[in-house]
Amino acid sequence: MKISSIFLLAATLAATPVLRAADIVGTITFKGTPPAEIPLTQMEDNADCMAMHTNTPTTHHYVVGPNGEFGNVTVFLRNADGSEISGKSTGAAAASAVLDQKGCLYDPTILAVQTGQKITVKNSDDCIHNVHAIPKVVGNQEFNDPQQPGGADLSYSFPKSEMFLKFQCDVHPWMFAWVSVFDHPYFCVSGADGKFTIKNVPPGKYTIVAAHRKAGEQTQEVEVKDGNATVNFTFEAK
Amino acid sequence: MNANAPTKINRPLHWFAVATAIATFLLLGAGGLVTSHEAGMSVPDWPNSYGYNMFAFPISKWTGGIFYEHTHRLWASVVGLMTTILAIWICVKDSRQWMKWLGVIAFLLVVAQGVLGGLRVTMKMDSLGIFHGVVAQTFFVLTCAIVLFTSRFWIELASQQKTFSVPRGLRSHVLFVTILIFLQLILGATMRHQHAGLAISDFPLAHGKIWPDTNPDAIARYNAERMEATNVNPITAFQVILQMVHRIVALVIFAGVAAAVGLSVKRLGKKDSLTKLAIFWLALIILQIALGIATIWTNKAADVATAHVLVGALSLVTGALWCIIAFGRSAKSPETQNETFGAFGTFAANK
Repeated sequence: MKISSIFLLAATLAATPVLRAADIVGTITFKGTPPAEIPLTQMEDNADCMAMHTNTPTTHHYVVGPNGEFGNVTVFLRNADGSEISGKSTGAAAASAVLDQKGCLYDPTILAVQTGQKITVKNSDDCIHNVHAIPKVVGNQEFNDPQQPGGADLSYSFPKSEMFLKFQCDVHPWMFAWVSVFDHPYFCVSGADGKFTIKNVPPGKYTIVAAHRKAGEQTQEVEVKDGNATVNFTFEAK
Repeated sequence: MNANAPTKINRPLHWFAVATAIATFLLLGAGGLVTSHEAGMSVPDWPNSYGYNMFAFPISKWTGGIFYEHTHRLWASVVGLMTTILAIWICVKDSRQWMKWLGVIAFLLVVAQGVLGGLRVTMKMDSLGIFHGVVAQTFFVLTCAIVLFTSRFWIELASQQKTFSVPRGLRSHVLFVTILIFLQLILGATMRHQHAGLAISDFPLAHGKIWPDTNPDAIARYNAERMEATNVNPITAFQVILQMVHRIVALVIFAGVAAAVGLSVKRLGKKDSLTKLAIFWLALIILQIALGIATIWTNKAADVATAHVLVGALSLVTGALWCIIAFGRSAKSPETQNETFGAFGTFAANK
């Protein structure tokens, strides 16, 4: 190859910006006053569970901070045309997601995983729970397994994507958690500070979705091209 | 045994039948509490309980939903045993061939009911839960019918040469209303086994209207506004419509039973036992409607919802027994013998 060609190629490469995967970050806020949470009065009849609390716990449908920081919102990407991203799952190699049962409550109550990713269910309580998942999508299997106090962790995974798949304990009917399953790794759940980060998103245009079981769903367009992209969402009380 | 000889009253058998029917009624309540407390899947295995033999499961582990589900299984075993004894007793001691078959049917039905309940758990099928609930009601009717057929009242009725018949139109009317109550029970069982809590949480309106919106936006709004404190499934349009149909059928049943009272007074007279039974039936229906409203107003409190199930069962049994007695009387009556089903003619003749 001639030296002049090599210089021309090097100059072209130097002029072309290198497109690398980047993160999509943002903050989710809630404007107004969310509906009041409900005390879990059924727990009051259960001495084993109440022994782990000083007051009767409440539901946690809305996790809203003092300045409107909106937690427990599931944030994920779709293709630019709004269709679901599929076939990109790295779940089989991903670290296990953990769903714990502490104080007769699920922790966390909102979880997001990939298809094929292991979910480890722990029982940190001194009482029996049953782990009962009720998927709606064909291909995801319902299961209902006992879990003794101090017993072995249970492991599950789901092969199909599904939003808000319910986990429940039938021994303690106030216990429920919602697990969203995606066929790609581009998702997260906002923290108590309302912040979220979707890591290592390939360059390109996407639709970003913020979904909350009660507050609804919002979408925006986002493009990852040159470093991190920032998208913020604001939900309002109805 | 001479099949043509009049049946003798067997008091110990009759009272054992009464005990079995009462035990079945209590089991209906126990089963109702299981569903009302959403505890149907709290014991994931069957016939064992958390790996223990059902009869050896430690009491210390009967906590939360396990208490309702496990005690219901234990009581079901008692009812199964009592039904088996009753069936054998009838086969050995009752001279009526059709009663022996009734005893066999009762035994087979209680076995089927136990298996249905077990399969509902192991196969994780809500639809089997609906069948289990409906078969329970049917079995309760059967045990009460056996009580009637072993009673002094029935045996003496059968031995009478003539009885005061019940007009065919009245019999048909009550039979129709009883069937409607059975369909209403199926509706109710279907509603309860959606495990979605209250699809409509207000009364007398429904989501603030006479007829609620069921479009997707409305359903999404109902789910968004509901702050559930238990693991109920999301509300669907089907469930909203189901509850509305349940409310409408309740009104039709009320009108039907009220008409049955009026017709009985007019055609049988105020002092007739069937008229009094019809009045009791109407009182049950009024109570049932009140309990249905209370179920909504108390946000489906478990004890109220279970009472609603039990009074529903009593309403079905009352209608069924009214029909059996009415057909039995009419079979003996010279005016109506030709128009009565042959089987009831057989019942009345105790052959």
